[in-house]
Amino acid sequence: MYPIDTSRTDLAREFKKNPFGPHSAELQRILNRMRWEPLKGKFVLVCTKPHKEWILAELPGERGKPITMHHDQVFTSLADAEWVVFKRRWKRITGQELAVD
Amino acid sequence: MAPRKSLLVYADRVAAAPGETVRFMASSETGSPFDYEIIRVRCGDAAPGGAGYKVDAVAGGRGRVADARRQPVAAGSYAVVPGTWAVDGAFTLQAYVMPTTPARGWQGLIGWWSEPTECGFGLFIDDKAQVLVAIGDGKGEVDVLRAGKPLVAGLWYLIAATYDRDARALRLIQEVQSEHKRLDLDADVAMAPTVRELGRPSVPLTMATIVTETDGAWNAGAFFNGRIEAPRLDDTALDRAAIQALAGWPVPAALEPRVLAAWDFGHDIPGTGIHDRSAHRRHGELVNLPTRAVPGRAWTGAVHDWRQDPTHYGAIHFHEDDLYDAGWTPSFAFTVPEDLRGGLYAARVWNDADESFATFVVRPPRGRASAPIAFLASTATYTAYVNIQWSMLNQASEMRMGGLTVLDADDVTIYERPELGLSAYDLHVDGSPVYYATRRRPCLNWAPRTGLWSFNADTHVTDWLEAKGHAYDVVTDDDLHADGVDRLAPYRVVVTGAHPEYWSTPMWDAMTAYLRGGGRLMYLGGNGFYWRIAFHRDLPDVIEVRRAETGARYWAAEPGAYHHAFTGELGGLWRRVGCPPNRLVGIGTVVTGFDRSSYYRRTPASRGARAAWIFDGLAEDERIGDFGILGGGAAGFELDAADPALGTPPHALVVARSEAHSYYYLLVPEETLFHHPAINGLEDDGVRAEMVFFEGPNGGAVFSTGSIIWAASLAHAGYDNNVSRVTDNVLRRFTDPASF
Repeated sequence: MYPIDTSRTDLAREFKKNPFGPHSAELQRILNRMRWEPLKGKFVLVCTKPHKEWILAELPGERGKPITMHHDQVFTSLADAEWVVFKRRWKRITGQELAVD
Repeated sequence: MAPRKSLLVYADRVAAAPGETVRFMASSETGSPFDYEIIRVRCGDAAPGGAGYKVDAVAGGRGRVADARRQPVAAGSYAVVPGTWAVDGAFTLQAYVMPTTPARGWQGLIGWWSEPTECGFGLFIDDKAQVLVAIGDGKGEVDVLRAGKPLVAGLWYLIAATYDRDARALRLIQEVQSEHKRLDLDADVAMAPTVRELGRPSVPLTMATIVTETDGAWNAGAFFNGRIEAPRLDDTALDRAAIQALAGWPVPAALEPRVLAAWDFGHDIPGTGIHDRSAHRRHGELVNLPTRAVPGRAWTGAVHDWRQDPTHYGAIHFHEDDLYDAGWTPSFAFTVPEDLRGGLYAARVWNDADESFATFVVRPPRGRASAPIAFLASTATYTAYVNIQWSMLNQASEMRMGGLTVLDADDVTIYERPELGLSAYDLHVDGSPVYYATRRRPCLNWAPRTGLWSFNADTHVTDWLEAKGHAYDVVTDDDLHADGVDRLAPYRVVVTGAHPEYWSTPMWDAMTAYLRGGGRLMYLGGNGFYWRIAFHRDLPDVIEVRRAETGARYWAAEPGAYHHAFTGELGGLWRRVGCPPNRLVGIGTVVTGFDRSSYYRRTPASRGARAAWIFDGLAEDERIGDFGILGGGAAGFELDAADPALGTPPHALVVARSEAHSYYYLLVPEETLFHHPAINGLEDDGVRAEMVFFEGPNGGAVFSTGSIIWAASLAHAGYDNNVSRVTDNVLRRFTDPASF
């Protein structure tokens, strides 16, 4: 598994600036690790207004169970959502808050 | 709570000709009334910056359903054998069983048993993964005997229960069919039962379910996940040696007089019945299409085609999430008027809370055409994708897309309500592949105003045809399968949608015959002509796909299960079957990737007299399709290319080629054979689409774009763009009767 070097906040900034790529090879490896998240608890977006509004959610990992909605995380841009999920995953994986706003 | 659908609807047929009636089955989950209207769908793309949502209401097609109600869906496959049984003082009930989710809770194996009254006898799995036999008189007296050793998933067992009232003996045998006898999984237990008179339930004998009875009606529940083979019922309490002898075939002559039923699941595998080989001929029926043509207990690997030796395929795989037909009551109907223009249509249902669609095609009667152009609606492909849940069930989904998975109310609904069934891209709850895809249920993603894939992506083609004033009929894959080349013969040009991926052999043969006869084909997509499928012999609206050996796929067919149950044909890629799409349309799938799209450049071959007309109005060095609503280009997502080794005709011209694809664009498995780190768009020149033209026999021709999202760029800049121009140049030439 590719280790995330918490000192490389430059890569986090690169993602924030350009969430949809193309990305540097080092950032790509971080994204690969983050996106290979297990289905139980995997971050997804649920669209609540077509093409306009998305809410952060987590898959339960088993069909038939409810999808968990984070109603306090509402986005009007997919780029904003990507950045919030990036920060959350950074903490999930490294245990440290990402010190980039 | 995540947003869910409260209106669901489906149609009873995929296409109708003037004078024919389409019935629509709707469910209002809250019971709220709803309105409906019939609309002609020109374009279902409602995305900002897209081609635009364009539908027209059909006169006389509007109404209201005031007495709306909720219609449930009963998923879960099982077998039913009607009638009563001459079982009184003794029985043997036995079968080979391979559980796949033994610890998932109560599951029925086989029984003539009614649950609430505890009447009859049966074999079950309990909530501790143990097999048990239960007998009950229906008056409160019940005996239950458990094997005491939990079942292990994936192993075959011989399970047998015997009862002898006079000897006061109830016995349960569990015998694992494995050479690893040290596993200590066998059981042989007995008790003295208190039941003196076996109850005679008014429900049928069933397999793979537990039946509950209320108010004279019965319901199936507690479905079994796994395989059952060679179920037997005998009216004596047999000893172990006789049980083992009875488990095989033929039934030993000495046992035959007492055998009440001996079902052979290897008989008529394409059908929906189960065949009793005993003298009583107590045949039964299968409900909700459990999977057949899967390796049974006796499978050794020596046989891969069940037609060669059905004794290796004597098992049926049941699933709690199998579904063939939701079976709803019709809510309203529409009879196609004689003068209605052909095209894509839908019933739209709506109320204050929700909106849903059930689509259908209006097509001419067989042998008649109202235009020189036929748009081939990929109804087989739409069926394969119905209610796909890959983005929620596959860990790789976000990795493949290069961005967060975005769900809508359709996705949430099919995820949270498993009874709505799976798609041919998903796995059953026990991890086995879904080989069958049905449209006899709400098809949430086969609708306008959904994502730009499958049906809705194809409306970019119909939209463009209308914008450019090209009159067309719509013909479906189902028509092609059923009626053959006669469906295409009246047309000068056949135009495909974005993704004609799934082809039955009769469909393939019809298209081949059409092209040999001088037909002209515009393949406006990618990843087409890819998987072989089978239609069912007896049942409409269902297809089968076995993803054998290789291909870009989310599951692999199990070894020994490469042949379709519906036809016996070898399944998998047409390329692997020996008929690569390159022979038919010049190109075949090479790449998939879903983050960003790219553009094409013309090749030197495009400048010769044979092909220059395709690019009339374009500059020689012009980038083609460096715009579009899907990833910003016309070349993307799923790409095809020419390959002479796979049968691209030697005279075929590669007239344009895409370039500059991303890291997320990867060669498909059948192109790579042995993976290495540089099979992506940044590092491998094989990552590209190729646009191909070639002349066919008898004045015909083929034009293939090589990209699944080609049509998503057609509407750019008010249809005034080079993707539109190239397509129009080809279509105008192809409709011109002058021979190629």
